[in-house]
Amino acid sequence: MVTTHPGSPASAAASGPTDDEQVEMMRRMIDANVFSTRIFNLQRQGRVGTNAPIDGSEAIAVGAAAALDPKQDWIYPQYREQYGLGRFGDELLDLIVLYNMGHPGGGAYPEHLRVFPYQISLATQIPHAVGTAWGMKVKGDPGCSLVFFGDGSSSEGDFYEAANLAGVRKAPVIFVLINNGWAISTPTSSQTGAESFAAKAHAFGFPGRRIDGTDPIEVYRTIAEARARATGGMGPMLVEAVTYRLGHHTTADDPTKYRHADEVEAAKSREPVAKFAALLGARGLWSDEQTAAQEASAHERFDGAWERAQATTWQPSDMFEHTYATPTPRMLRQRAEMIAHLAAEGEA
Amino acid sequence: MTVMTMVEAINHTLHEEMARDDRVMVFGQDVGINGGVFRATEGLSAAFGDDRVVDMPLAEGVIAGSTVGLAVAGMVPVAEIQFLGFAYQAMHQIVGQIARLRTRSAGRFEAPITIRAPFGGGVRTPELHSESLESQFANCPGLKIALPATAADAKGLLAAAIRDPDPVLFLEPLRGYRMVKDDVPDGEHVVEFGKARTSREGSDVVIIAWSYMVELANRVADSLAAEGVSVRVLDLRTVVPLDVDAIADAVSACGRAVVVQEAPETCGFGSEVIATAMERCFYDLEAPIERVSGYDTPYPVGMLEDYWVPDAPRIEAAVRRVLGTSA
Ligand SMILES: Cc1ncc(C[n+]2csc(CCOP(=O)(O)OP(=O)(O)O)c2C)c(N)n1
Ligand SMILES: [Mg+2]
Repeated sequence: MVTTHPGSPASAAASGPTDDEQVEMMRRMIDANVFSTRIFNLQRQGRVGTNAPIDGSEAIAVGAAAALDPKQDWIYPQYREQYGLGRFGDELLDLIVLYNMGHPGGGAYPEHLRVFPYQISLATQIPHAVGTAWGMKVKGDPGCSLVFFGDGSSSEGDFYEAANLAGVRKAPVIFVLINNGWAISTPTSSQTGAESFAAKAHAFGFPGRRIDGTDPIEVYRTIAEARARATGGMGPMLVEAVTYRLGHHTTADDPTKYRHADEVEAAKSREPVAKFAALLGARGLWSDEQTAAQEASAHERFDGAWERAQATTWQPSDMFEHTYATPTPRMLRQRAEMIAHLAAEGEA
Repeated sequence: MTVMTMVEAINHTLHEEMARDDRVMVFGQDVGINGGVFRATEGLSAAFGDDRVVDMPLAEGVIAGSTVGLAVAGMVPVAEIQFLGFAYQAMHQIVGQIARLRTRSAGRFEAPITIRAPFGGGVRTPELHSESLESQFANCPGLKIALPATAADAKGLLAAAIRDPDPVLFLEPLRGYRMVKDDVPDGEHVVEFGKARTSREGSDVVIIAWSYMVELANRVADSLAAEGVSVRVLDLRTVVPLDVDAIADAVSACGRAVVVQEAPETCGFGSEVIATAMERCFYDLEAPIERVSGYDTPYPVGMLEDYWVPDAPRIEAAVRRVLGTSA
């Protein structure tokens, strides 16, 4: 079953989100946007490394996380979505800051946080998510796993191999393909000859849906339905969430080289955060004052995270900490040599 | 001669080779209108069109694997892997297929394939963007591996790679793209594979290096010259084929040697260089050969990388140890 129209109503099978949940999603979308902008700007000041802003994916990350159970489900992100996954643990913000600083603590996600660290090697997280779902099924654990990946990433063999396995094992996994129109400078027309990305699900033996990824309510309902299917033993679903990458691919990118300003201009009317604020506003659930207040609180929380990150200690020899459970004798020799060398150079 | 940065020299050579031979195709991720994420393929699609300069679907396996079929069809493929760490996604094609095409077909099929990729780190990239995999690939007979250290060599070795009847991995120092800048010969300039280059003359000790580590070795040589220490620097240029004679001549002449690699220590290409020197120069050695390398950990996060990648002070300390002049 493939629905090919963005904006088509999600199945009535999923109820919700409630008004409270919608307001909560609104808050988290604003947070995601502020955190992402702050990290982007810090790169411009040379204080963090290359990073990918969330611009355009807020409703997908936040809507999907809202439809999952942070105590039972797993999320395998690519690299844009972490900003929107605060519902799985607000300490994510501290980790995001450390990670983008290039701090050795940036991968130290605490035990209870069912979110995987940033994935840079595209599509490799998809087999991981299928493995987790498969293992949960074998063990009889409740819950499911959800994996985010891009239109570009969907061209990798890892996607096809993992989706095929998931179909065979009826693994409780939700594939969320974020179609934001671009993979750096490569448009989706150079990525696939298929009528849609969602259509590919058919060949794997499970349903594919193409939805409006700028609408968090539609995302929520679709993921809720996919979760009910997955945890009910009916296997995977592929969700193609259509949006538009409004900003730079990363801080290292110059999109004016390869796409027209009018295309970006046209997509701005679908900017998820402002669009959702207007929708909730019209229903009396949200106001401009609340937007301003939420932005202020997000900035304040970011300031706190930035301060904590500055105070988080590290040392060069941290690099030897997590290669193995126990470092090899040769690594211990290297570590000692490094420490001695730095002492001799007066750096230690 | 024209002064160019490394990336300008690469871009200029791709233009020249595409103009020289219309079978040459350039393809990879974002190599078309974007001109590559480092601008190495800038202007190629405008000059040669979208049939010869192709933005591929995001899949290294098919970027590498399709070169085999394109070569059989009579094309000369020059594929780009956006960062060397993503060659892992193409390993079964590069190692299992491309390297073996000639062997498997008993010489019938050639693989005049060039695979270009940025090599090494030092510029605060995200994970898997800073890999040094020359020794993994050197252990795969059938592949040649070029690692230019200068812009002039980038031109000469890339032209040689594209014209070579066998597959070549052309590894471009990420840190050198804009930092390395020198005189590049105009017009036809081809550097023969397997011929090392003496980058600094010297007689007390030789530093053997390749890619960006040559730049650091030069700095150490220049700074020690002020103390009256005569440091030779040998740039291997290609690790396959390896210029065994140049290594032997330099080590025997100096009697002392340091090998520098950016990769982790264990099973790095430095081990091969040292074993070669031991075979050929054992009785000329005045001291054990030292190696300077990355450590036996995955390439670390940004804040730690300067401590991991060999730098001039670590190289200099090793030179002093082999000279017996350490403090
Ligand atoms: C295996 C692999 N190949 C190439 C890259 C380089 N790269 C980083 S992001 C990107 C484009 C990704 O596009 P998409 O999957 O659509 O995600 P988006 O950035 O649009 O969110 C590329 C080619 C990579 N990180 N990993
Ligand atoms: Mg995309």
